[in-house]
Amino acid sequence: MSLLTIQDLTVEFPTRRQLFTAVDHASLSVEPGEIHGLVGESGAGKSTIGAAVMGLLERPGRIASGQIKLGGDQISGIDAEAMRGLRGKKISMIFQDPLTSLNPLFTVREQLVETIQTHLGGSDSEASKRARDLIDRVGIPDPDTRLDQYPHQFSGGMRQRVVIALALCTEPDVIIADEPTTALDVSVQAQILDLIKELAQERQVGVILITHDMGVIADTTDRVTVMYAGKVVESGTTAQVMGQPQHEYTKSLIAAVPRPTLKLHRFPQISYGGRETRFAIEDMARHWPKVNNDASKPIFEIRNLTKKFLQKRGLLPWDRTYFTAVDDVSFDIRAGEVFGVVGESGSGKSTVARMIAGLYAVDGGSITFDGQLVSDLNNRAVQDEYRKNIQMIFQDPYSSLNPRMRVDEIVAEPIRHHRLMQGADIKRRVDELLDQVGLGSEAGLKYPHEFSGGQRQRISIARALATQPRFLICDEPTSALDVSIQAQILNILKDLQEHLGLTMLFISHDLPVVRQMCDRVAVMKQGQIVEVQGTSDLFAAPRTEYAQELLRLMPKLDDLSTDGLGVEET
Amino acid sequence: MFAYIVRRMFQSVIVLLVVGLVAFSMFRFVGDPIDNMLGQERTQADIDRLRTELGLDQPFVVQYAKFLQGAVQGNFGVSYRQGRPVSTILVERAPATLELAFVSGFLAITMGIALGVFTAIRRQGIAANVIMTVSLIGVSLPTFLIGILLIYVFSVELDLLPSFGRGETVMIGSWSTGFLTASGLKALILPAITLGLYQMTLIMRLVRSEMLEVLRADYVRFARARGLSDRVINFRHALKNTLVPVITITGLQLGSIIAFAIITETVFQWPGVGLLFINAIQFVDIPVMAAYLMLISVMFVTINLIVDLLYYAIDPRLRVDARAT
Repeated sequence: MSLLTIQDLTVEFPTRRQLFTAVDHASLSVEPGEIHGLVGESGAGKSTIGAAVMGLLERPGRIASGQIKLGGDQISGIDAEAMRGLRGKKISMIFQDPLTSLNPLFTVREQLVETIQTHLGGSDSEASKRARDLIDRVGIPDPDTRLDQYPHQFSGGMRQRVVIALALCTEPDVIIADEPTTALDVSVQAQILDLIKELAQERQVGVILITHDMGVIADTTDRVTVMYAGKVVESGTTAQVMGQPQHEYTKSLIAAVPRPTLKLHRFPQISYGGRETRFAIEDMARHWPKVNNDASKPIFEIRNLTKKFLQKRGLLPWDRTYFTAVDDVSFDIRAGEVFGVVGESGSGKSTVARMIAGLYAVDGGSITFDGQLVSDLNNRAVQDEYRKNIQMIFQDPYSSLNPRMRVDEIVAEPIRHHRLMQGADIKRRVDELLDQVGLGSEAGLKYPHEFSGGQRQRISIARALATQPRFLICDEPTSALDVSIQAQILNILKDLQEHLGLTMLFISHDLPVVRQMCDRVAVMKQGQIVEVQGTSDLFAAPRTEYAQELLRLMPKLDDLSTDGLGVEET
Repeated sequence: MFAYIVRRMFQSVIVLLVVGLVAFSMFRFVGDPIDNMLGQERTQADIDRLRTELGLDQPFVVQYAKFLQGAVQGNFGVSYRQGRPVSTILVERAPATLELAFVSGFLAITMGIALGVFTAIRRQGIAANVIMTVSLIGVSLPTFLIGILLIYVFSVELDLLPSFGRGETVMIGSWSTGFLTASGLKALILPAITLGLYQMTLIMRLVRSEMLEVLRADYVRFARARGLSDRVINFRHALKNTLVPVITITGLQLGSIIAFAIITETVFQWPGVGLLFINAIQFVDIPVMAAYLMLISVMFVTINLIVDLLYYAIDPRLRVDARAT
């Protein structure tokens, strides 16, 4: 008998105007020791299923029909008190962000002991002993000291281990893991997924792994259920669904996943559900100033770049301590290429980008753009000209657009700031730009909140192109987006390089994306560059141990279907 | 940690000095104390003599320097009106204000937090909505009006509570307390409510909105997912996190309870330092005004320091950083 069975589950959210069906007749089941992947894009209803099983649906959401059974007993529709007894005891949950899912004001021991005593009772010392065993089991070194520390003293990966320990407190039958590794680095992600796999095996726990990451699904799960717009579109063993997808949506979803082993010319557009977007970067080329990209000459020469941040303030200079975020970094960017920087969080890659953009002052070293020293921020004349030529696309499409400004004002702002055009010309340029990124000029009359994440990122691109720059800095431009949207944005960026001759600095922690986008890649670790290589060489034969390790930990997607992909090189 | 306190003390001294400087530069505009001190029969010679005697012919910076010189030795001068040392007058008057401020502050904090938590947890309930609506009155009515209304209802119409004064007081050393007599306690009720009502509603609304914010946080959802009871989640996990930002505002509000007791003390003829200050302004009693202003700023600065130290006590994130330094 299955551990957890969900039959024909429908979850509705009544709103003032209409009834929104978040989950529509979904069914799935989980066996003991099995990891069941639940995959889909944002808004597909996968997290809602998790919340429904936990009995934690946000109001006014409700289960309209269908059943949830735990080991044969129905748990949907039972009263709140009985449900609370099951939560944490029979079913546990792991949340996405380990930085926010632990209470910052209580020690790890306090949070564990409290949970253990709620469900199992027992004395403080018994609960404490159990807490120590759990912390030890999830692989946190030095459990005796660590128990009495506060969450902020743990790194992201270690915190997620604490969260897992909390979820395991009372030997649950089922664990629902909602995007458990999305907020973590690749190397840490691999460790956490291994731990979940191990624990599922060892304790015969059923795990529902909710994720949008196909790599995680392919590497970790036994079975997978694909959701689209609240409906289950396909379900089966992981090998079967990934290798021979049957449903159109699954096929296009898999096609949009960047592969570490293949380089595609362009990602296929996701055609399912009529969401195809046309954009016309080629049109832009007609008005674009001709660039003469001499690939033999570097456009950027970066020498001995160093940035220190004040870590501890002190009254006296020798009391202060500094954290070296970027340590003596030198590299060249050739005209017309996409130069990638990869590394884990805290490796200093974003700091490098910000220094190049002139957002941080340089503490040491120099940045030369097109033969001109640009790292001196006090030279206004040079800075004005330089800033016109470089633009930046940020990671978070939600916070990088001013919510109180209309889209046409947002796109026009760089033009007005640099006084490139006047009056009606500005409007014409803005309309063109919005058209060319596929939003249509009528989008200019709306505000950012009326757009989805992918559309907002296209607004960012339009804004970045407004000054007709020669160089784009893309800081994790797609890591907040769904795969299909990511594919779309990456296609636009590729067009920009090809048709407009833009040079790009592309920062990412996602190696398969880097493989698709970049011509050369620098690998950063703890503020230093450990390796710079051509992309295909790096992926084929990494020279340094650190790069080898990064590549080893990257999810392999060999089993994924390759139907209909325009493979450029393998 | 120690370095932090030293730095804060240093900053506090600068704040105090600036407050004093501003105060002294303003005194010239309040009026001329000589007018009040000498009767109708004064001559120009009398005026000049007294002015020189009091040092009022000097520029205000010099007057300020002289005041500071005395103040560091604990000598705040002699009141022009009462002819007694200002420090003696303050010691007499301070207990009345401090007792009133303590009671109303205590009332404001306990009731404010309790009602704030209640209205946040029972967000949809009728009682919570009634409290929220009534609290609007507390925020929007001026203090003197509330005081007069309370006097009208409880003293004039119902004749339950006294409308002015402190009632009987008992001396403990040099501290006169109204806590120990029935009439003293009865006399405290109306002024304490008047003074604390605004702070209470403010704290309540602040706690409510912070609490609603915290209840949406991931760690609260995770606590629910672990099956912890609502009581533990609300009063252990959520409340402690709510208090971190609430402490700042509350600290500042306590300072203003003492500083703005002036209005309440005037309405209830409460014999505290606020009333003393109002009388001093009417008479242009410069030594009293200066001492009062300095006293209030010392209180604000101290409360601020205590608030910052409380942060360390509550939030381990700050504590560990401090230890690392």
